[in-house]
Amino acid sequence: MGHALVNVPASVKRGDAFEIKALIAHPMETGFRPGPNGVLLPRNIIQRFTCTYNGVEVFSLTLSPAIAANPYIAFFTVATESGSLTLRWTGDKDFMAEETVPITVTA
Amino acid sequence: MIDTSPETTRRAFLVCSTGSAAALALGVAPAQATPESLDAAIKAVVGTARLRAGKVTLDLPPLVENGNTVPMTVSVDSPMTESDHVTAIHVFNEKNPQPHVMSATLGPRAGKAKVSVRIKLNDSQKVVAIAQTSAGEFWTASADVIVTLAACVEDPT
Amino acid sequence: MIGWPPFGLAARILCACCVLVAPLAVAQDTARRSGYQDMGRSLQAMQDDDMANPAMLWVQEGAALWTRRAGSADKSCADCHGDVGGMAGVAARYPAFAAGLGRPVDLEQRINLCRTDKQKADALADESRELLALAAYVARQSRGRPIAPPDDARLQPFIAAGDALYRRRQGQLNLSCAQCHDDNAGRKLGGATIPQAHPTGYPIYRLEWQGLGSLKRRLRNCLVGMRAEAYGYDAPEYVALELFLLSRARGMTLESPAVRP
Repeated sequence: MGHALVNVPASVKRGDAFEIKALIAHPMETGFRPGPNGVLLPRNIIQRFTCTYNGVEVFSLTLSPAIAANPYIAFFTVATESGSLTLRWTGDKDFMAEETVPITVTA
Repeated sequence: MIDTSPETTRRAFLVCSTGSAAALALGVAPAQATPESLDAAIKAVVGTARLRAGKVTLDLPPLVENGNTVPMTVSVDSPMTESDHVTAIHVFNEKNPQPHVMSATLGPRAGKAKVSVRIKLNDSQKVVAIAQTSAGEFWTASADVIVTLAACVEDPT
Repeated sequence: MIGWPPFGLAARILCACCVLVAPLAVAQDTARRSGYQDMGRSLQAMQDDDMANPAMLWVQEGAALWTRRAGSADKSCADCHGDVGGMAGVAARYPAFAAGLGRPVDLEQRINLCRTDKQKADALADESRELLALAAYVARQSRGRPIAPPDDARLQPFIAAGDALYRRRQGQLNLSCAQCHDDNAGRKLGGATIPQAHPTGYPIYRLEWQGLGSLKRRLRNCLVGMRAEAYGYDAPEYVALELFLLSRARGMTLESPAVRP
C-alpha cells in the first residue's frame, strides 16, 4: 500500500545542491486520539524515511506522531552523477513504501 | 540550558479547545509533554555539551490556522563541506503528548542544511530546533507559536 | 437582516463552539474574496505548489482511476472522454442539469451517473477516496478558469431554492448561512476569518479533516455548526445550495484542489 509523489528537477548541474520534495498518503494516527467508542485508536505512523542516491544513503529522517498526516518531506542533496534516487518510508503495521526516481546530472 | 532570545509580543488569544473541554468533562488528563520532559529530551541529544543560540533558522507561521498541519522549515548556516557540516537536525516541542518531533541525519552530500516537514501542534507552545555539527557543536533556535482553534469543526462536542 | 445585534450572533456561535476570541474586527471589504486570500502565506504556498499540495495525492489516484476499466461494460472514463485535457472547464460549470433525471447534479453525482449508466458499475460511496480522487482529477483540469455556471433556464428554480435555503434560519442556533457569510464575513470567529462562502476550490484538502472532502461535506459541517440536522447525502437541498453558491461566485477563479485550514 501507499502511494507517493516525488519531485526532483529534470536535470541538475554536477556539484549543485537540489531539492527533493516527497508527499506520501498516510494517516499518521498518533495513538493519543480516542475513537468514536472512547478507546484510543492504535498508533499508526511512518517511523523512518531514507533517501539513497545510487545506493548511498544521503538523508534520513526519524518521524514521531507529531508529523502531520500525509507527510511532506523536503530536503537537499548534491548532484554527483546521473542515476537514481530511492526514497523509502517504513512504519507501524509493517508499512513500507518505496519510490525510485531518475536523476540526470549535467557537466 | 537554552539561551533564549527576546520574544516578540503577540496578541494573546484565549482559546478553549473542544478537545480539552471534553477531556475535562470526562475527568481524563490527556498525556502532555512538559517543559521538564522537553528539557530531558534535549539533554538526551545534547548531553553535557554547550547549546548555543544561533546558526539555526526555525521557520514556522507565528499564528497557526490549524494545528493539524503546520508547515515548518529548519535551515542551518553551514558550508556543508567534508570538514564542516551539519550531521543532524532535531526538533522538539513543549506541549504535544511527546516532546520529540523529528530527527534528520545529513552530511556533506546534502549540500544545504535545510529540511521542511509539516507538524502537528495541539496547543500554543514553544518549538525548539537543534543542529549538531561535525565539530560536535550544538546550535539552537526556538519559536513560540500560537495555535488558533478552527471555528467550525466537524464534530463539536 | 439580523433581528438582534451582531454581538448576539457572535455570542451564540462562540458559546456553541466554546471559543473565546479577540474583539470582532469589522469587515470593510465589499469585494468578493476567496478563502485563499484569508489564509496565511504558508498555506497559500502549500496550495500553489503542486509538489507540496497534499490534494495532489488524490489527483494522482484520480489519474490512475481515469484509465481503469470498471463495471460490466468494462469501460474506463478515458474510453468515452479520451484524454483528461478534454475535461478542461467542465468542473467550472457544475452543478449542471441532468436531463434524464429532470434535476441538477453536482460533479460527484455526474461521475456516479457515468459509473452506473455507462460503466454499468456500482456508484462510488459519497466522500470515498475514489470518488474524491476522480472529482479532484477532473476539477484540476479547470484550475485557473473562471467559475461559469451554465445559463440554463431549467436551473433557475433550483438556484432560487438554494437562495431561499441560504437565507433560511435553521437549527438550534436559529442561524441562516447569510448571517455568517454575508452579514459577518471578514469578521473573526475563533481564530478564523469568516469567509464569504465562495466555493472556489472544491474538492478541498482541509487541514481539519486531514484529507480531501467535497463541498457537500463542508455544507454538512455548517449545518452541524448551526445545530441543525444535516440533510441526507442524497438530499436535493445540497445541490440547490451548491448551485446558488456557484452562481454567486460566477467569474471567480477556480482553484481546485485547494487547501483550507
